Amino acid sequence: MTTLNRAAEDRDTTRPPRAVVGSQISIDEEIFGAAFDRKVVRRFAGFVKPYTRTMYLATAAVLVFTAAQLTIPLIISYAIDEAIVAGGGEQILMLCVIVFAAVIAVNYGANFLQDRFVGLTGERVIFDLRSAMYAHLQKVALSFMDRTEVGRMMSRLQGDVNSLQEFLEHSITVFGDLVLLIGIVVIMLTLNFELALLTLSVVPTLVLVRLMWLPRARKAFRRARETNSITNGALAEGIHSVRTVQGMHREAVNLELYGDKSRENLWAHLRSAKFAQAMVPVIDTLTGAAMAIVVVVGGTRVLDQALDVGVMVAFLFYVQRFFDPIRSLTVHYSIMQRAMASGQRIFEVLDVPLAITDKPAAINPESVEGAIEFRNVTFGYHKNQPILKEVSFKVNPGETVALVGPTGSGKTSITSLLNRFYEIWDGEILIDDVDVRDYAKVALGKHVAMVLQDPFLFTGSILENIRYRTRDATREDVEKAAKIVGAHEFISALPLGYDSELEQQGNNLSMGQRQLLSFARALVADAKVLILDEATANIDSYTERKIQTALQRLLEGRTGIVIAHRLATVRNADRIIVLQEGKIVETGTHDTLIDKNGLYAKLYALNYASFDDLPDEIINNSLTAPVRS
Amino acid sequence: MDDTKTANAPQQLSSRIYARSYAGLEIDPDRNISDDAVVLWRIIKLVFKNRIRISFAIIGIVAAACSQLMIPQFLGDAVDGALGLAGQSNVSPDIAREALYSAAIFLLGAAALRGLFTLLHSYCGESLGHLIAFDLRIAFYAKLQQLSFSFHDHVHTGELITRGMLDLEGVRSFMNTGLLRVLLLLILIGVGAYLLISTDLILGLLALSFLPFVIWKSSVSQLRLRELWWTLQEKMAVLGRIMDENLTGIRVVRAFGAESFELEKYGVGSDEAYDLAAERIKIRVASTTAMTFVYFLAMGLVLWVGGLRVIDGQMTVGTLTEFLAFMTILQLPVRQLGNVVNAFARTLTCASRIFGILDLQPVVADKPGAVGLGDGIDKIKFENVVFAYPGEGQPAVLNDISFDVSLGKTLGVVGPPGSGKSTIAHLLPRFYDVTSGRISINDIDIRDVEISALRQKVVVLAQDPFLFTSSLENNIAYGNPWASEENIYDAAKVSQLDGFIDGLPDQYETLVGERGVSLSGGQKQRVVIARTTMLQPELLILDDSTAAIDAGTEQRIRQALKMQASKSATIIISHRLGTLRHADEILFIENGQIVERGSHETLVEAGGKYAALFALQSKEGEEAVAQIGGVKE
Ligand SMILES: Nc1ncnc2c1ncn2[C@@H]1O[C@H](COP(=O)(O)OP(=O)(O)OP(=O)(O)O)[C@@H](O)[C@H]1O
Ligand SMILES: Nc1ncnc2c1ncn2[C@@H]1O[C@H](COP(=O)(O)OP(=O)(O)OP(=O)(O)O)[C@@H](O)[C@H]1O
Ligand SMILES: [Mg+2]
Ligand SMILES: [Mg+2]
Repeated sequence: MTTLNRAAEDRDTTRPPRAVVGSQISIDEEIFGAAFDRKVVRRFAGFVKPYTRTMYLATAAVLVFTAAQLTIPLIISYAIDEAIVAGGGEQILMLCVIVFAAVIAVNYGANFLQDRFVGLTGERVIFDLRSAMYAHLQKVALSFMDRTEVGRMMSRLQGDVNSLQEFLEHSITVFGDLVLLIGIVVIMLTLNFELALLTLSVVPTLVLVRLMWLPRARKAFRRARETNSITNGALAEGIHSVRTVQGMHREAVNLELYGDKSRENLWAHLRSAKFAQAMVPVIDTLTGAAMAIVVVVGGTRVLDQALDVGVMVAFLFYVQRFFDPIRSLTVHYSIMQRAMASGQRIFEVLDVPLAITDKPAAINPESVEGAIEFRNVTFGYHKNQPILKEVSFKVNPGETVALVGPTGSGKTSITSLLNRFYEIWDGEILIDDVDVRDYAKVALGKHVAMVLQDPFLFTGSILENIRYRTRDATREDVEKAAKIVGAHEFISALPLGYDSELEQQGNNLSMGQRQLLSFARALVADAKVLILDEATANIDSYTERKIQTALQRLLEGRTGIVIAHRLATVRNADRIIVLQEGKIVETGTHDTLIDKNGLYAKLYALNYASFDDLPDEIINNSLTAPVRS
Repeated sequence: MDDTKTANAPQQLSSRIYARSYAGLEIDPDRNISDDAVVLWRIIKLVFKNRIRISFAIIGIVAAACSQLMIPQFLGDAVDGALGLAGQSNVSPDIAREALYSAAIFLLGAAALRGLFTLLHSYCGESLGHLIAFDLRIAFYAKLQQLSFSFHDHVHTGELITRGMLDLEGVRSFMNTGLLRVLLLLILIGVGAYLLISTDLILGLLALSFLPFVIWKSSVSQLRLRELWWTLQEKMAVLGRIMDENLTGIRVVRAFGAESFELEKYGVGSDEAYDLAAERIKIRVASTTAMTFVYFLAMGLVLWVGGLRVIDGQMTVGTLTEFLAFMTILQLPVRQLGNVVNAFARTLTCASRIFGILDLQPVVADKPGAVGLGDGIDKIKFENVVFAYPGEGQPAVLNDISFDVSLGKTLGVVGPPGSGKSTIAHLLPRFYDVTSGRISINDIDIRDVEISALRQKVVVLAQDPFLFTSSLENNIAYGNPWASEENIYDAAKVSQLDGFIDGLPDQYETLVGERGVSLSGGQKQRVVIARTTMLQPELLILDDSTAAIDAGTEQRIRQALKMQASKSATIIISHRLGTLRHADEILFIENGQIVERGSHETLVEAGGKYAALFALQSKEGEEAVAQIGGVKE
């Protein structure tokens, strides 16, 4: 923390630094489970289901493969016993070798099919999972998405899916190994029951050690996982915020803080690495012990001529193979545990309830009139904190209504509700006298076009961005819309014109240009209801005026809701609704509102007051001083 | 074999991607992914930075391999011991038993030793992986924070995050699954080969006869996998970008009901990625299983030839068992060889993607011998500045711009969208460097000033600012985490946030959602204003920072800012002329050129573009326009 301390001294304050990197949302979302979580496995099975047939084939291949694997030592043992020790001679040896060749050929084929089937299906399932998650997120309520961070979601969509993949890579063979394990036990028991029991007597020790090891190891692994997610979150934030960081000169502090987080992550991983490897010597020693038992007990029997030497050799082979799957299961325990934890995080996403869904009988009309009505709408983002209170208003088809009010008064919220981004607490919102909840959501998207306050553009060409909603719009449609908003000029000045590629979020355009594109995008949608939320806030009055003149024609026969702080933008609206702290305080045309001398008149006065700095008291209580010439 | 084609494919791909992302920026566009050998060498250098661990890892591997190799010998002894009596009567049973016991003890000892040494090398290996990942992670983060705007303008955040997450992980896992395992495999085969060949030349050669095939097969699939991994990681990054954008722009997606279109877009990317992933699996499976098959063939040969020799009495059964047991030991490594090859391919890909970023140099960096800024800013000067955004074929967006601002003065800037106002703002703290001309502070070219000193004094309030998922308080104090509570409250007061914050249940502790989703447009802008005023810059640049704020609130903010104005120079970019009204000089920018300049009064008098704009915004002007026609009549 040297930089922090030094800087703190520089500033000579005793205040603890409040610098943090990474999200401050608590991590109670990180729920971790055992390496084998029944629920996760069951859910997982659901995703494998479509591939049942392949899985049957794979299982068959696994069985054949295992059988072949198990036969190989038997053949060797037979060869040694019959052909060599018992002096059966070359014919028998020849026979053994031929059978051996046949078995390994079968083994090869089965192995190939098994790995291929399991591998491909596994990969398919992983892609299916990611797609399912992504598709689900397209439907999840915005109120949920507001609370989650893109970085964290991405960490699930990529990081967690990736650890499942890693698991798959390592465990392609685990399934076969497990079957093999059972097969080996069965064969050993049939070959020589007693010797088999004696050999397997080491297994309880293994189980015991494992039981002691498990809880502590699990904790270590969990910690490693958690710190991973935290560091990745901080990285994502660092990347997203890089301009602010450089502008505010926080690189050094951030690097230090990030270093702390990564270091924590490192320690957690080192600790979990210890645990991951701790079982290795145990297993190896037990393998040795089992072999020693075979050698001593089996050897003695051979000496006593109670056992064929071939059986002893076979046992020695089996013991080695027996511990292989156990070893790989232990070594990969952390991978498995991670996979389970990841599975859980993935299913958590899939389990986020869709707060807002289409009703079964949701309608999707071809066209709407465009009448909008809010009836006593009460709404808030958090419990007991209503943002809109008993809001009622009506917009007739073809009418243009302006929403004005101080910042934070709820204008944007009203538009969000019209598109049913959120569910209202009370009241009704109607389009053409039908509750928005009775419309399919696609219908709302189709008939209500919005210019959002934050113009968001996608990576891709300008053309694709403008016709984002309307895939089938022609180049002419796009150009027409661009002309209306006055973007055509600058677009055609670009070397590639409408085919110019935009960088992330339109970074290579000016803010106003981005706003114009987002405006054009809404126009191309050709919807009956057009919502303009500060659509021209970053645009000069002159350009704005040109847009408005063009827009006037476009709005003919459409319903418009216009939000603007620059009152010149809205003064020609058919009606102006004035909001304050979530309530409608006035409605009327520009002239009636000015006459009324209320909040609107005050805001209007302030719009111009800015040209001559008014004394504070007038700014604060300018209600009393209607300015109108 | 057409090596050239396979080797070039990823390079062509990469240069295509670089061409799009980095053309003419911080990287030579012709740059290809570095040679595999170079990348590998760099990883190895990183590994050897940690001498102790790597030494222990190597010791552990050698010892583990040796103890493992001893096991077959003891097994052979044991079998011979057991057979000894069965076959011959001249050996006393006790001696045979003793041989058995000692073989058992040695077996146990060898197995335990193997376990311990495996622990040693696996732990060292894994921790080395983590240590390397740690170093790379920090370096990656530091580099990304350093790289200039021009880099970040062109490289998608989703892509960078993918690199920081997936590629880093690929490098980390390399130690155990790749590098050390190869070493283990080499030792097992090398020492084993020596032992076998020295025991029985022909049988030894037969036992190892699978090697040439395995080596050939693995190098062929290595090449192919390398190419596949490269394309796959690129595809994954694209998929990451699609998802990232979809989630970031979720409101647009929802507002336009474009979910199904988005799913389609994603589906295409996902299918492409799946095809590659499936291809990868097919190749891997084909090569692994073929290797195992050939290995078994060799085992069959050993059984046959060895059996014949035992029958002929040229060899004991024990020796044959030893041979076979040795081959069993190799079974797992041979099976894993496919994984190792895969790991190599993956790591080389991932590492070159990370090194690709680490090797970039920020275009805007301190010159050697850069100076500080002294006590304060007296005068900021633009002299004939010409600027084009970095990259090929980019037009000049600023042409011959000259102006100056002094301490206590305010410069106003207006102009249509895309005229170059924000660009001027970005040049001052050196987010980009001018193409020609000069920007100076106190007559020192800012390219000769330490960037840190410069950015401490020159602060831009960006047009699309970023808010952090953190408390309001932390957001306000972002640039100055040691600020006292009072400072924070003052800043909130200046930006007219105090009333709003006091009304919140958690007040200053209220969590701001990602990028400020839980705030209204105006609230967001005010948090940013508060954050900036906390820094008490000496040159403050407000880039259209009050566009989403109502006139009344803005007026109050301006009033409050005025108190600080005497201690700094201010540049205000705005579309609201009221905001600029009192600036000492106003520039009207169009197409990157200053077309009018002067005080408000002179400009209005001159009757040019500014005057026209003013007419639109003044009450008289507006009333006049209302007569002609506006939104609706
Ligand atoms: N997603 C959200 N979660 C929680 N609170 C929110 C969310 N969006 C807005 N708010 C709060 O709701 C209130 C109204 O916000 P809204 O965006 O509707 O205001 P607005 O009238 O559009 O203001 P502005 O003119 O500044 O854009 C604000 O106090 C804001 O903090
Ligand atoms: N990162 C960039 N890469 C390439 N071109 C850019 C980049 N940023 C802006 N431009 C281009 O440079 C020109 C000037 O942009 P700038 O952002 O300075 O305009 P502005 O005057 O601030 O406009 P606005 O009022 O809309 O904010 C525009 O044509 C824009 O498309
Ligand atoms: Mg708003
Ligand atoms: Mg700008």
